[in-house]
Amino acid sequence: MEITYLEAIRQALWEEMDRDDQVFMLGQDIGVYGGAFKVTKGFLEKFGPERVIDTPLSESAIVGAAIGAALMGMRPVVEMQFADFISCAFDQVVNMAAKQHYRLGEPVPLVIRAPYGGGIHAGPYHSQSPEAWFFHVAGLKLVAPSTPRDAKGLLKAAIRDPNPVIYFEHKYLYRHIKGEVADGDDLVPIGKAEVKRPGSSVSVITYGAMVQQSLGAAEKLMPEGIDLEVVDLRTLQPLDMTTILASVEKTGRAMVVHEAPKTGGIGGDIAARLAEEAFHYLDAPILRVAAPHTPFPFSPVLEASYLPNADKIALKARELANF
Amino acid sequence: MPADNVTPIELLKIYYYLKLTRGLEQRVSTLYRQGRIVGGVYISAGEEAIAVGSAAALEADDVIAPSHRDLGANLMKGITPKEYLAQYLGKQTGLTRGRDGNVHYGDITRGVIGFISPMADLLPVAAGVGLAFKLRRERRVVAAFFGDGASSRGDFHEALNLAAVMKLPLVFICHNNQYAYSTPLERQMAIEHVADRAKAYGMPGVTVDGNDVLAVRSAVAEAASRARQGGGPTLVEGKTMRMRGHAEHDDASYVPAWMLEEWRKLDPIDRFGAYLRERQILDDAIAREIDDRLSKEIEEAVAFAEASPFPEGKDLLEGVYAS
Repeated sequence: MEITYLEAIRQALWEEMDRDDQVFMLGQDIGVYGGAFKVTKGFLEKFGPERVIDTPLSESAIVGAAIGAALMGMRPVVEMQFADFISCAFDQVVNMAAKQHYRLGEPVPLVIRAPYGGGIHAGPYHSQSPEAWFFHVAGLKLVAPSTPRDAKGLLKAAIRDPNPVIYFEHKYLYRHIKGEVADGDDLVPIGKAEVKRPGSSVSVITYGAMVQQSLGAAEKLMPEGIDLEVVDLRTLQPLDMTTILASVEKTGRAMVVHEAPKTGGIGGDIAARLAEEAFHYLDAPILRVAAPHTPFPFSPVLEASYLPNADKIALKARELANF
Repeated sequence: MPADNVTPIELLKIYYYLKLTRGLEQRVSTLYRQGRIVGGVYISAGEEAIAVGSAAALEADDVIAPSHRDLGANLMKGITPKEYLAQYLGKQTGLTRGRDGNVHYGDITRGVIGFISPMADLLPVAAGVGLAFKLRRERRVVAAFFGDGASSRGDFHEALNLAAVMKLPLVFICHNNQYAYSTPLERQMAIEHVADRAKAYGMPGVTVDGNDVLAVRSAVAEAASRARQGGGPTLVEGKTMRMRGHAEHDDASYVPAWMLEEWRKLDPIDRFGAYLRERQILDDAIAREIDDRLSKEIEEAVAFAEASPFPEGKDLLEGVYAS
C-alpha cells in the first residue's frame, strides 16, 4: 500500500514502541498535541504518558535526559520540534552523546528526530538543513531518508542501533511524497547508499528532498541523451564511499547536490574524497549544486531563488555531461 | 556534627575515604610537579567532605554524576586508586584507555556517569538516569554534583526545571567553593546562596556547612530519602573553599590570603578527625593504621599506573562507534 513519508515515520515509531518496551519518546508537544507535524498523533492514547513524554521547552535537557536514559539501557527517541532548534542542544549532542563510547566504551542508543529542510515558507528558523554541523563530529550517525520506504526502514534501524543517530526527516516530503512500504520489518541498513536511478552520463550524489529534484532533472535531460545516475546517500555518516565510488567509476562525472549551503557542506567533503580516491576515473571537474551562503530566507520568492531544484540541477548536469 | 545513626564503622569508613581522597590527590599533585603527569590536575583539597559525605548517604545501587572535585564520591562508588592513577597517566588501564584524561572518567556499571569538561553537562544526563529509574519503578536515586560556576549555565537551569517538573529522584549537590577558576562568587551570581535558586524550580533548597562531612551526609540522606519516595529533587549547597588553584598550574594568586587562612581553620578532615577522637572512635593507633594502609594503597596505585602500558597508536580509530 502507498503511504506518505510522514505515515512511514509514524509506522516505524509505532511498531518499534510496540516491539520493545524500552523504546520511549520525549519531546515538546508530542503527547496531547501529537507533535508539531502530528507525527505522534494517537501515541499517547496507545502507549501512555510514561512512554510518550511531553517535556518542558528545554532542548538541551531533553537530549541530556535521553542520553541518561540510554546509558541505563533504554531506547529514547527525541523529537526536536524543528531541526533548527537542535543548536540549543548542540553541546549535549557533540560533547556528551557523540564521545561517550569512544571515551568510556558505553553505548548511547539514542535517536534524535530532526524535522529539517525548506520549501514550506517557514523562514530562517524553521527551514534549515543543519546536517553539516554534525557531519564533522565523530561518534554520531546521520541519516536522511528520501522515500517512505527508506523513512520507515531507516528509523527502525536507527532505533535498534547502539549509537546516537540523528534522523533528518524532511518536512517538505512529509505529505508531498507517497510510496510503497513493506508490512512489518523492512530495515534499511545504516551506512548503505542506494542508486535510485541507474544512468551512464553523470553521477548525481544527493539525499533528502534533493533526490526527487535530481530524479526530476534526470527526466528533463533524457530527451537530450543525458542519462543521470542518482545516488541517494540515505546515510550521511558514515558515508557509503563504496557505492559512491562505484558510480563515479562508471560514469566518470560527478556532482553533489544538497539543500544545505554549499559552503562547509557535506558536498565539499564528498568532492574532496572523490578527488583523492577517484581522480583517475574523472573526465570532468566535480560540481556542486547547493544553497548559497546566506541565512535561509523567508519570502517565497527568495526561498525559490535559494533552494536548488530540478532545473538548477539539470543546468549543471548538462554542463558536466558536455564538458 | 549531626551523626544521626551512623555507626562507628561507618564513621571510620568516611574518615578513610576523606583521607584517601586527600592522599591520592596530593600524590598526583607531586607527580605533576615532577613532570610525570601531563595535562591538568584537579584537586579537591579542603572540600572532600561534600563528595564523601554525599556518597556516604547513598545506597549501593544509586548513581552519581560527579563533577571535577568529587574523587571521594567516585572512590566510594568503587572506582579504584589504580584506575584513577592510570587515568591521569594516560594509560591503557585507565577507565578511558587513554582516550580521555585526568578527572574525565566513570563507569556506568558501577553507578558513575563519566564527567566531561563543559560544566553542568552531566546534570541533564543525571536527570535522564533518574527518569529511567522512575519509568522502571526502581527506587534508586541520582546524586548530581556541580560547582557554583556551573550553576550559571543553562544546562543547570534546564536540568533542575525538568527534574522538578517530572518529580525525578535527584539530589543536586553544589560545591560552593567561592571561585570558578578566577571568578569569585560576586561575579558569578547576584544572590548569596546557590540553594536560593531552588525556589525558582519549586524544589527544596538547603545550605549546609560543606566542611562538616556529617552535615553534608545528613542533608543528602534526607534529600535522597524524599527522592526515593517519589518526592522529587532537592538542591543541596555545601559552603566550602577551593584551597588550591583551579588546576595545579594555577597559583590562585587572585584569592586573598586571609580567605585561605580562615578556611584552613575549618579543614574538613581535621575537624572530622577531632570529632572522632572526641567520641573515642579514633585514637593514635587507629590513625596510624589507617595512614599506613593509605600510603600502601596509594603507592601500589602509582606503581601500577607507571607500570601499565600506554594505549597503542594503531588503536586510535577503535571505539568511535558501538557495535
